[in-house]
Amino acid sequence: MRIATAKESYQLDEALFDSATQRTWAVLLGVALVLYPFLASDYWLYLACLVSIHVASATGLNILTGYTGLVSLGQAAFMGLGAYTVAVLEHYFGTMFLFNLLAGGVVAMLGGIVVGIPSLRVKGLYLAIVTIAASFLAHFLFVNSGFTGGTGGMTVPPAQVFGLALDTSFRIYWLIVPVTVLMVLGAANLFRTRIGRAFIAIRDRDISAEVLGIPLLRYKLLSFGLSSFYAGVAGGLWAYFFRVVTPESFPLIMSIFFLAAIIVGGMGSILGGILGAIFMTMVPEVLRIMVGWLPIEGDTLQYVAPVRTIVFGLLIVGFLIFEPHGLAEVWRRVRRFFHLWPFRN
Amino acid sequence: MDWLFLFEVTLAGIGGGGLYALAGLAFVMIYKATRVVNLAIGEMLMLGAYAFFAFAAGMNWPVPVAIVAAIAVSAVLGGVVERVAIRPMLGESPISVFMVTVGLGSIMVGVVELIWSADQRRLPEFIPNEPIFLGEAFVSPKIFYSFLVAVLLVAVSLAVFRWWRGGVALRATATDQAAAYAMGINVPRVFSLAWILAAALAAVAGIAVGAIGGISSSMGIFGLSVLVVVIVGGLDSVLGALVAGLMIGVLEAWAGAYLGGEYKLLVTFLVLVAVLMVRPYGLFGTQEIERL
Amino acid sequence: MATVDPVLRVDGLTLAFGGVKALNGVGFDVRPGSITTVIGPNGAGKTSLFNTISGFYRPQSGSVFFEGRDITRLPAPARARLGLARSFQNIALFRGMSVLDNIKLGRHCQLKTNIFQSLFYLGAARREEMELRADIEARIIDFLEIDHIRHAPVAALPYGLQKRVEMARALAMQPRVLMLDEPVAGMNREETEDMARFILDVNAEWGVTVLMVEHDMGLVMDLSDHVVVLNFGQVIAQGKPAEVQGNPEVVRAYLGSGDVTELRERLRRGRAQAQAAGGANGAAGGNANAGHGVTPRDAHAPAQEGV
Repeated sequence: MRIATAKESYQLDEALFDSATQRTWAVLLGVALVLYPFLASDYWLYLACLVSIHVASATGLNILTGYTGLVSLGQAAFMGLGAYTVAVLEHYFGTMFLFNLLAGGVVAMLGGIVVGIPSLRVKGLYLAIVTIAASFLAHFLFVNSGFTGGTGGMTVPPAQVFGLALDTSFRIYWLIVPVTVLMVLGAANLFRTRIGRAFIAIRDRDISAEVLGIPLLRYKLLSFGLSSFYAGVAGGLWAYFFRVVTPESFPLIMSIFFLAAIIVGGMGSILGGILGAIFMTMVPEVLRIMVGWLPIEGDTLQYVAPVRTIVFGLLIVGFLIFEPHGLAEVWRRVRRFFHLWPFRN
Repeated sequence: MDWLFLFEVTLAGIGGGGLYALAGLAFVMIYKATRVVNLAIGEMLMLGAYAFFAFAAGMNWPVPVAIVAAIAVSAVLGGVVERVAIRPMLGESPISVFMVTVGLGSIMVGVVELIWSADQRRLPEFIPNEPIFLGEAFVSPKIFYSFLVAVLLVAVSLAVFRWWRGGVALRATATDQAAAYAMGINVPRVFSLAWILAAALAAVAGIAVGAIGGISSSMGIFGLSVLVVVIVGGLDSVLGALVAGLMIGVLEAWAGAYLGGEYKLLVTFLVLVAVLMVRPYGLFGTQEIERL
Repeated sequence: MATVDPVLRVDGLTLAFGGVKALNGVGFDVRPGSITTVIGPNGAGKTSLFNTISGFYRPQSGSVFFEGRDITRLPAPARARLGLARSFQNIALFRGMSVLDNIKLGRHCQLKTNIFQSLFYLGAARREEMELRADIEARIIDFLEIDHIRHAPVAALPYGLQKRVEMARALAMQPRVLMLDEPVAGMNREETEDMARFILDVNAEWGVTVLMVEHDMGLVMDLSDHVVVLNFGQVIAQGKPAEVQGNPEVVRAYLGSGDVTELRERLRRGRAQAQAAGGANGAAGGNANAGHGVTPRDAHAPAQEGV
């Protein structure tokens, strides 16, 4: 039962982790993240890296769609921009990985800002369709611009840190996870300040936001830019992780994956983005195991892909109908229960 | 400049555009009645085509029976989808409902892949084979007959919406369900009917598209062009769907013939962005006025 | 009386939607530090006037001046930054946020942290946020007596409190002119009195000029320094509350007839008719109009004869 949580200063009231229990959990999580690579098998390390990349990208999409209310089906395309930037820079210039990641973020950000320009005239669903158009444009560019390796794509050498190549899951974990943690913290901080509040205002009632002096186009572009920067960095990490980038690596279905992740996790909540990304990444793995159990003759692996597609769709539809605030809301209910335990409600 | 070639390509474009118009009609019907932007329209076409495939090739039914059965199955599925997935979302934000249709599309693709795998397949031939000539220009018979059917259906719908008092009722249910109820309009029935009819129309379009280009689990991509068509034409305008359908059909045909196949969607989307910047509600769509 | 420059001036404003003129040559001044109210029957153009002053509608002709500066072409967010705050008829709070966050948004355009400082938070952003919080708590939350709901989601609040939060948000803008669109609409007596007290305090203690649209005549007459009456998009009278109240044009606009004696005579006749009709029709009674004797037709006929 939660007792004595009254705050004695505004600073404590506004803190990210605003109670002793929360701070303890945060520290424990940090310790767990540090110990994990030493205890986990290769397969679970691989999963952790993949989850981390997804969390970073989902957080970016959450900023744009969950918090600012601009539905985007272009997250995968922006990741692709970041990934290709990293691939091209490594291939032609051999520049440092940190620089490449940042460059990937910036290129994706520029793409995001361009896509966001119609957002003042074009509302809601029309904008979502413009983002689909952007995805196709990106795919077209990946295939047809001379320096991106065409349909075959490009290979990416491992990131180099002081001569050490990050070519195993264990090693690259130490790049991916800290970057992700920083990005998530940044996003959480954002919504404690004026800019984050302005994003939410635009989502809830943009006319009121204008009345308060918030210039809509500038902030919408800022949101697009920031969220695609996140996507670009996530895409860069993706490139260093999988070490190969092709035009088919970032299809429209991946954008739908991220949209599903924030719906399932809970739009407009940082925790939701994290939970959703973890959940959606684990679903195909769990499915693969479950399909393996089924008493069906022959190669069951061919069924994994279609079943996964069906499950994606079911998750989106199911959560929207039954749990529109996502897993984050479920989590909040659990917490409330424990706050009041042993009392009932 | 090979004028004959241009003419032939244009004719092919108009023919294909007719199918866009038909699919656009299905979309508009749903939007007019329920205000739902159905991103799964391409997948609904796909289901109709695969249903026909299942009956005609899988169960070897005679083609006319298979066609009717496919349309019927599609219509039923449309009604089920509306009742199960769309009706519970009544009153939610349009963006949420839009995302539900995204999820539905995903489910449909997965089901098709599960049963028939992702491979491309050919539909049994049932359209007469003799080449059609308009003057010197060759028109593929499949495209020609599909176009005729499509335009016929669109024309009938135009007439129905124009002269039937139900057309106004349809608009009423879309804009204000509570008020429509108060007028004695059976709102749930209108919703179901709209989705059932739309699914039936989509099935017809799907069979035609499948007959022309084969069927596959990625057929739904057709829906993206349809989306552009209805946006350009105006989300709630049948006439807009017709005009824009033909227009986009011709533009895509030109792009494909003169620039290359991979440019078709690109051109379509560029048209989309251009039109949206100039007329955010499409050519014939009703302007939404924001009340402050 | 020394002439002071008006803080807000509207001059020859004409606004048309298609063929309908919502505003037709509207002009008036708002003196700094005053409480000015715009009244008029429904459809007179009051909300259109507000929307034009805040910048959502572009007038076909005429100008709006704020502190001597022509803001007619300025977009809405820019006007807010100059110190023009506004509340809405239907509550326009941000439903996804708490009361405190809504109020903080009022101060948005005066805050300075950029995106990089926001992402990092520690340092400049935190300092600014703490100052903001302290200021809002000290000056606004106590003032409007909303400390018990500061963390509540606004969607969960009752109507009266929501209106108060909206005023709090407008105050956080530290405005020069506060435009209130029907601030006590839908409130009961107690809530109305509370709101009236807040409006007076805002005007007196903060020195904020108030421009209101209101229907509650009691509030209007008690609070206003200056009243502007609109009808069919035109200013038909303006002046001190008492002057406006007795103005026959104003009475006619609201009741359909300028002559009070004539009105009384009609009412008396109507009552007599109702009694006679009531005897013939029995308990079920005739139509509602017969009871008052003033049907729409009757109301307009005298206006056409005379003035």
